[in-house]
Formats: sequence, C-alpha cells, structure tokens
Amino acid sequence: MSFDLDLTKRLGEAEITCRIEAGEGLTVLFGPSGAGKTSVLNMVAGLVEPDTGHIRVAGETLFDVGAGIDVPVAERRAGYVFQEPRLFPHLRVRANLFYGRRGDIGLDVDETIALLGIAHLLERWPRTLSGGEARRVAIGRALLSDPRFLLLDEPLSSLDRARREEIMTLIERLRDTVKLPILMVTHDREEAARLGTRIVEI
Amino acid sequence: MTPELWGIVWLSLKVGGVAVLGCLPVAFALAWLLARGRFPGKLLLDGLVHLPLVVPPVVTGWLLLLAFAPAGPIGSWLESWFGVSVLFRWTGAAIASAVMALPLMVRAMRLSIEAVDRRLEQAAATLGAGRWRVFASVTLPLSLPGILAGTVLGFARALGEFGATITFVSSVPGETQTLPLAIYAALQMPGGEAQVLRLAGISVLLSLAALLVSELIARRAGRGLHVL
Repeated sequence: MSFDLDLTKRLGEAEITCRIEAGEGLTVLFGPSGAGKTSVLNMVAGLVEPDTGHIRVAGETLFDVGAGIDVPVAERRAGYVFQEPRLFPHLRVRANLFYGRRGDIGLDVDETIALLGIAHLLERWPRTLSGGEARRVAIGRALLSDPRFLLLDEPLSSLDRARREEIMTLIERLRDTVKLPILMVTHDREEAARLGTRIVEI
Repeated sequence: MTPELWGIVWLSLKVGGVAVLGCLPVAFALAWLLARGRFPGKLLLDGLVHLPLVVPPVVTGWLLLLAFAPAGPIGSWLESWFGVSVLFRWTGAAIASAVMALPLMVRAMRLSIEAVDRRLEQAAATLGAGRWRVFASVTLPLSLPGILAGTVLGFARALGEFGATITFVSSVPGETQTLPLAIYAALQMPGGEAQVLRLAGISVLLSLAALLVSELIARRAGRGLHVL
C-alpha cells in the first residue's frame, strides 16, 4: 500500500475529508479548486496537522491521532513540489538543488539534472529564471533530496508543450522504474488519465 | 583634529559600538518574539520595548540611575558579584545608549523577520531541514539585511544619545562625555563656539554616514530578494 490516508480537517467553514487506500503507482487527486487538494498534500507532508485520522505512506505511519504519532516534517522525507516553485532566493540554482541532498540517492544526479534540462542554469539566481525553469529546478530539488515518496501539486502547469512531455515522461519513469509512491494534484483530465494509476475525486 | 577632539570621537564610537553590539542579541530575541511569538502579554512587551522611544529621555536616564545606583536592584547586584559600578563610567553611557537604541533596532529587525516568506521555511523543512537549519539557512540570511540596517540605525541613534546619558552617568570628560555631551559642555563655555562648530560638524558627518549605510543595506535587501 503506497498511500493509506483517512483524514478530516476543519479549515474555517469548510471541512476537508479524504480517504485514500492506494496501491502502487501514482495516485491523482482530482477535483475543483477549493476542494482541499493542496491541504491534503500539506497534511501528508506534515505542514498541516489533521484533526483526526491517520497517514501511512509505504507502510510507515507518519501521523495517527489515536496512537499519538506525528512524525516531524523534516523526517518524513517527502519530495514535495509545491504549486509555486518556492526556490530559496538567496541561493543559486545549484545550492537550491542540493539543499536537501542526502548522500547517495536512487537517482543519478547528473542524469536528473540533464533530464530536467537545467544543467545550464546551475550558476543562476532563482529570480532570473522563467516560470518553467523555476518549476523544473523545484522538481529537481525535491528529487535530489532522496524522497521516500513524492507530492506533486500541479507540477505541469506553466510549462510549454515540449517540456510538459519531458516532465511527464520523467514522472512515468519515477512511477514505473524507481517505484516512488506519488500523490499528484491536477486539474487536467488528460494529464490525470495518462499519469494516474488511479484517480481519486475530492 | 586635536588629541582632545579625537578622544571625544573615539569615546563616542566606543560607547555607540559597545551599546549596539551588546544590544544586538537582546534586540534580535525581542524582535523574534514579537514577530513570531504568540503569548499573553505580547502587547505589553511591545509597549515596554517602545517606551524609550516616547518617554522623555531624562526619565529613562533617571530610571536607569535608580536601577544601577549602589542601592538599586541591578546596581547592588553588580557591586556584590563583580565589585563594579557603571555610574560615571563609559559603560554606563553605553547602557543608556543601548536602551535608547533598542526600540529602533527591534522595529527594523521585527519587520525584516516578518517579511520572510514562511512558505520558504516550509519548503526547507520538507527537504529535511530541522528547526535550526531552517533558521540558519533560510530565515537568518533572508532577514539579515534588515538586521544589519537596524543595527546601523541603532548605532546612529546611540551616537546622538544625550538626555538619558547625562542624567544617568553625568558628563565626565574623557569618560562619559560623548559628542553630544561635549557639544553641550562647549556651549556652556565662554568662547567655546569654535569647538561647538567642529564637534557639531563631526557629529553630523558621523550620523549621516551611519544613516547612508543603513539605507544602502535596506535598499540592497529590497532588490529581487522577494521573488518566488
């Protein structure tokens, strides 16, 4: 079981409930804006605490109200690609990429950088990057932190067609070869259908 | 520049420098508490920190005198533990300057800490950074320009400190008589106009330089550092 979630969270007026029992592969969270998809990712990452329920990823319990378990964010090892790139503005691209690096990882560093097409950006400052470039650096930064699972919040928005195709291929590879459990939020049906092992409507 | 003039300038720089460096950790801790903390009495703490900004400096000086006098709460403690007194000493002048510079420093630092995008800290945490690493590698560097600008501003304020200092440690030439106090003393002296002019000129130049440095740092900070 890759993602085993049973969550409720009250945010102001709205109540978010999410129940997922997903096997291997990529799980797409699909639904209208404001349904709380990003909140679910935040809860899995440990940035937001659910009111009730549990979070288990790849067999490890990250959160469980009943058992009093709440693994700190830094120890969950989520590869979180946020909706905005969130690159550190005071660090060059290279330092951003290697910020979360942990020894040897399952992915080859040079290959990952080449695959994302960001090798020529390493010495640049984040503020000089285009939207698509920043997005790719953000994906690279998450991958190079040797995550145990991936959380992707609309990772393909603001990318041009050719780059989208490349990133989708990369995601497929992570899904099929590296076998990382992936939880992805998207608005795009086509994307969801192509990448999702299963689609969860929220 | 005569040796006497140099002595006054050096003393002022020493008092201002020690005041600001000593004040720095306290100001930063207070700024952090006020920017990030949630606790009862926060408003009161905010008010207390800002008090020296609005209370007549002579009152601040008098309160310091009460606290640091041999019979006062801090004075008696210093006396019995270390056998020292700050009265009529340059260290006392530095304390007065520090208290007066504190509000300005806290304000600047608090604003810069509040301006740090919390989402970047969250991103750092998901990448495996613990509390301290997040602070040292994200929060501190991003708020550093504001901290530096606040420190320089505090230094400029310390250089101009008059009321609290003269009330607290009096005007002792060579010990507590900083630039503003020396100007005041020269004004009281018949034929002291030339000295007043020289000291006032130096004073304006020093303050202007400090303000410009503070402004430059603040501007650098504004440049492109907040692009996500």
